[in-house]
Amino acid sequence: MVWYLSKRLATLPLVLFFLTALIFSFVLVLGPYERLAVFIPNADVVGGNIPFDELVARYGLDKPVYVQYGAWVAGLLHGNLGWSPSAGMPVGEALARYFPATVELMLVGALMVFPGGIWLGKYTAVHHNRLPDQLARIATILAVALPEFIFGLVLLVVCYGWLGWAEPGRLSQWAEDAVTLASFHRHTGMYTLDGLLNGRFDIALDALRHLILPALAYSVGLLATVMRMTRSSLLETLNKEYVMTARAKGLLERVVIRKHALRNALLPVVTLAGSIVARMLGGAVIVETVFNFRGMGMFIVTAAQGLDFSAILGASLLIGVIIILTNLVIDLLYVVFDPTVELR
Amino acid sequence: MDSLLKIIRNPLGLLGLLLIMGWAGIALSAPALCPPKNPAAPYAIQRVSYSSLPTPPSPRARMGTTGGGYDIYYGIVWGSRNAFRVGLTVVAVTLLFGVLLGGLGAFAGGIADEIVMRVTDLFMSFPFLIAVIVMSIVLGKGLDKVILALILFGWRQYARVMRSEVLAVKGKDFVNSARSIGMGELRLFFRHVLPNAIFPVFVLASLDIGATVMIAASLSFLGVGAEPGFADWGQMINFSRGWLLGATGQPFLYWYTYVFPAIAIVTFVLGWTLLGDILRDVLDPKLRKSLFKSQWRPS
Repeated sequence: MVWYLSKRLATLPLVLFFLTALIFSFVLVLGPYERLAVFIPNADVVGGNIPFDELVARYGLDKPVYVQYGAWVAGLLHGNLGWSPSAGMPVGEALARYFPATVELMLVGALMVFPGGIWLGKYTAVHHNRLPDQLARIATILAVALPEFIFGLVLLVVCYGWLGWAEPGRLSQWAEDAVTLASFHRHTGMYTLDGLLNGRFDIALDALRHLILPALAYSVGLLATVMRMTRSSLLETLNKEYVMTARAKGLLERVVIRKHALRNALLPVVTLAGSIVARMLGGAVIVETVFNFRGMGMFIVTAAQGLDFSAILGASLLIGVIIILTNLVIDLLYVVFDPTVELR
Repeated sequence: MDSLLKIIRNPLGLLGLLLIMGWAGIALSAPALCPPKNPAAPYAIQRVSYSSLPTPPSPRARMGTTGGGYDIYYGIVWGSRNAFRVGLTVVAVTLLFGVLLGGLGAFAGGIADEIVMRVTDLFMSFPFLIAVIVMSIVLGKGLDKVILALILFGWRQYARVMRSEVLAVKGKDFVNSARSIGMGELRLFFRHVLPNAIFPVFVLASLDIGATVMIAASLSFLGVGAEPGFADWGQMINFSRGWLLGATGQPFLYWYTYVFPAIAIVTFVLGWTLLGDILRDVLDPKLRKSLFKSQWRPS
């Protein structure tokens, strides 16, 4: 276990090298002047009225590619992700501001996707080929075929526009004003948690109200995926001999399923979790735009519309690192769930 | 033929097939359904007026117009051609690349397989949608650029699936016996291994056509896809964004600006998803007995 972990951690720099090289290769399609923003560390340089030629020389943009790559990575290690013209601030600062919102959204989404998907998968597997199973099958096909932005728009029109549950955004206007006050401490950048930590339950509740529908919009397709996986895996497990043994012992069916079958059937679902995190990050781009939810996804879209390269690269880098770490955690979780897995 | 019969006998499969055939009919007869005023540029959505407000369905514009006077009916009919173009081109090219890369890599084994899989992993580790957004900015605006971006990141799942299939087939006795009578390796791959490993790829392709069109529509919706005014369903929904919440007291005042394009996208994607779902059951011998068993599909 320790050996495996150290081996995985040792290959991490190599993986990071490939990731940064891939991302940096995108920069090469730009000319040196367009490339500048990727290297600029802060507002002082932007406001300093320094001629571009001087900046090009300062950041070595007239030097060979590997020198530029080296300079870029050195900047990254010092926390310099470049200057984002579309956000009007350094990319690092913008990500620190917007990323917690996306994490909050993903957490609420995950709370719907995993318990909901696993429960539905279990229910339909137990009622295999009966009415609930067949209804669920049709529902999952519909859920997979329904684009996130269309489902999001439907929710927006019906729940926000018609029923007036909330206004698009992360918070209502009064709460938005309240969190900008100096007396409100931003511990995590997630308003539900910050609201609780500051003792402002009204703000936490308001933030939660604005989270539910966007999270629902991108959870439905993923919920269907988790449900299908749980169902087919559980159906397979229920035919195993040890399940028959458990039944023969006279255990309650409920116990057989929960303690014997489901536990083993969940392994493929754990494997799936990595791709779900990736799809949630992708989905965040869409639902955040639909619901005007200012998180990293919307930051990426705004940057893309404004051809703001440094913002896109910084966000890509952050996402790449998240995915790499998620995969590492999932491989380790796999061991926890299945002691028979051998780590090489 | 046998498979086709099985698809038609299943109500969901039949519905999928009918939806796709319906859209194919609309796409083919687009010039008859709404003849373009400027035949040189049929994919530019026709404008009925320059009114900044959307106008409801009328004899002049059957499904109404979006803000800016773009004819919704025209956009949907001609947009169907672009939906097919994006879906079929992207899937055909990525399938070819993925099958050859993943298949030949796995067949050769050793270093070749290792390299292909590491590259695939690298591409796999990035959210597809964000990767395509990044690529489409690097490449520029336009439907052809979107297609290119989708191809660049789309081949990876085919390589994955093809690899596992080839690994399962390449050790079989019939492959070894063909090799023992002196068949060349490349010929062996194309004659015996490929035909026995390709069916799961076709299932994936069918599901993927719908998914590809969905991603392309999402891109246009986000404003990083096709050029403004281009007949593209996602963009028409983007047009409607300013009118979603209606006016005070009349929340559904501009319903036609989003309802028609949304129906177009959903029915198109649904058709391919249904077809792929049934195809999976029909082609998979393990599942042939029960049509209601579902299986995991790589995302």
